[in-house]
Amino acid sequence: MGPLDVATVEELKEIARRIRCLVLRSVHHAGAGHIGGPLSAAEILAVLYFRVLHIDPTRPDWPQRDRFILSKGHSAIGLYSALALRGYFPIEELNTFDAINSRLQGHPDMTLTPGVEMSTGSLGQGLSPGVGMALGARLRGLSFRTWVLLGDGEIQEGQVWEAAEVAARYGLDKLTAMIDYNGLPQFTWPDFGERGRQRPTSNLPAKWEAFGWRALEADGHDVESLLKSCALAQETVGRPSVIIAHTVKGRGVSFMENNFVWHAHPLSEEDLRRGLLELGEQP
Amino acid sequence: MTYAIGDQVALRQVFGETLVELGGLYPDLLVLDGDLANSTLADQFAQAYPDRFLAMGIAEQNMAGTAAGLATLGFIPWISTFAVFAAKRDLDQVRVVIAQPALNVKIQGAYSGLLTGFTGKTHQSAEDIAVFRAMPNMTVLAPADATEARLAMHAATVHRGPVYLRMTRDPSPVIFGPDHRFEIGRGYVVREGRDVAIISTGVQTTRALEAAEILAAEGVSAHLLHVPTLKPLDEQAVVEAAARTGAVVTAEDHTIIGGLGGAVAEVLGERHPTPMRRVGLRDTFGESGPNEALLEKYGLTARHVAAAARELLKALGG
Repeated sequence: MGPLDVATVEELKEIARRIRCLVLRSVHHAGAGHIGGPLSAAEILAVLYFRVLHIDPTRPDWPQRDRFILSKGHSAIGLYSALALRGYFPIEELNTFDAINSRLQGHPDMTLTPGVEMSTGSLGQGLSPGVGMALGARLRGLSFRTWVLLGDGEIQEGQVWEAAEVAARYGLDKLTAMIDYNGLPQFTWPDFGERGRQRPTSNLPAKWEAFGWRALEADGHDVESLLKSCALAQETVGRPSVIIAHTVKGRGVSFMENNFVWHAHPLSEEDLRRGLLELGEQP
Repeated sequence: MTYAIGDQVALRQVFGETLVELGGLYPDLLVLDGDLANSTLADQFAQAYPDRFLAMGIAEQNMAGTAAGLATLGFIPWISTFAVFAAKRDLDQVRVVIAQPALNVKIQGAYSGLLTGFTGKTHQSAEDIAVFRAMPNMTVLAPADATEARLAMHAATVHRGPVYLRMTRDPSPVIFGPDHRFEIGRGYVVREGRDVAIISTGVQTTRALEAAEILAAEGVSAHLLHVPTLKPLDEQAVVEAAARTGAVVTAEDHTIIGGLGGAVAEVLGERHPTPMRRVGLRDTFGESGPNEALLEKYGLTARHVAAAARELLKALGG
């Protein structure tokens, strides 16, 4: 694909699959890293980087580009995989993930990596710079959109709701938050019985609507469902929008799915071999 | 805008006036307010440039993050809130999205030190210098008077990168005339002397100057080095002041742990070990009360600075 081509639905599915394979290979190579979150976000990243975002990988500083912020910064390897596939840097560079002197830090660093718009990693912080970018676009008379991907765990942070309040007050309709709602944070709440298997029962659409946002829901592993929600977000007027994407942590690898242990875990040779085979790739 | 030596001018008044002045010079300058504009007097900017005044509500963490996002578009956002909130309520946000990426955000810490208008412990900021001095990429400024506060705001706006500017609430004497020059990273010899060096920062320099006069009346020649930039510290000026006198007293309206006293001790310990006394808050929280009573109780008056110098010289056998 060329830098400005748009992917078909079938291509998006294949890109999500390749993102997952690159995540497994990179974490295996690094000897450590987050896996569950990047796997749950694979379709979201594929849809954004290969269809929704108006970007040009050959010009990462293009002023009119859409902005994307990975608020759930620990899913960095998912973002790096999408950026590499999109052409921001060579795919081989993923082998430097988490290595000393690497541009691909454990959590995103906007000063190092082409295509990374904001340094993140301390949870709950990404939406606020998104508010700033959306406000700034309006002040500059630029028409780009700002997209922020949050984890459902990090929205426990109060700052997210500070940002939600301010974004609604300013009617930032060029701002869209996406929530990778895999329902499984690192260690989760103690009262939920079998640890981490139950989803938080909070009514997310009602929460965001109450803050003045347009709340949309999508199947986070169905690229057509995601594309539809993104289109609705893009045509929202007068208020910011949020897409609550229902996902499965560790999606695509049977022994990782819905298992909190795979939030972050080293991958053995055998884990990698089994995972890649399940994803339809020869190890 | 110029201020006459000897006049009493509140730095918050200077803040409001200078923001308006800067707003005319720099179209990219924005002000983000944590719902305190009629205290910090950023409301003057709100009147002059309503489209560039962004109310952020009582939500400092989001305000810091929003400023970072705006800075990526080439704006020069000034965050305006009380020092105590600027330095602590949004500390992780400043660290992660402003300091690490070195974004061009200016943070005004209003109402710094103990003199915060009868508000007490929660509103008195005695750790902000220590906090921001420890943070990579941060520049930390504490001007002494109205003249210098205005110049420091100009310098901070032109400087590329994050700046923390600490300013006080209430009127204090103007000590610098229109010929005063301000440069980030430079210390200023306010008074030459040979027996003891007083090194001071912020508005405490006005009290240090008074202390030097008290000492002069007793026949003690005090050298006064004013350090409006806490980071990067003018190490050479500090070493020279120590070398010329052999005795150093620091003075600040801030905790002596990690503030100016700590910074000077670090430099002298490595480069020119010199006997010292540190005047400032001694590991304690403040309380509400009238300004003069607070300065007296917490040992921040000119007399306290002079007494520390006297005691140090006595200990050295002078």
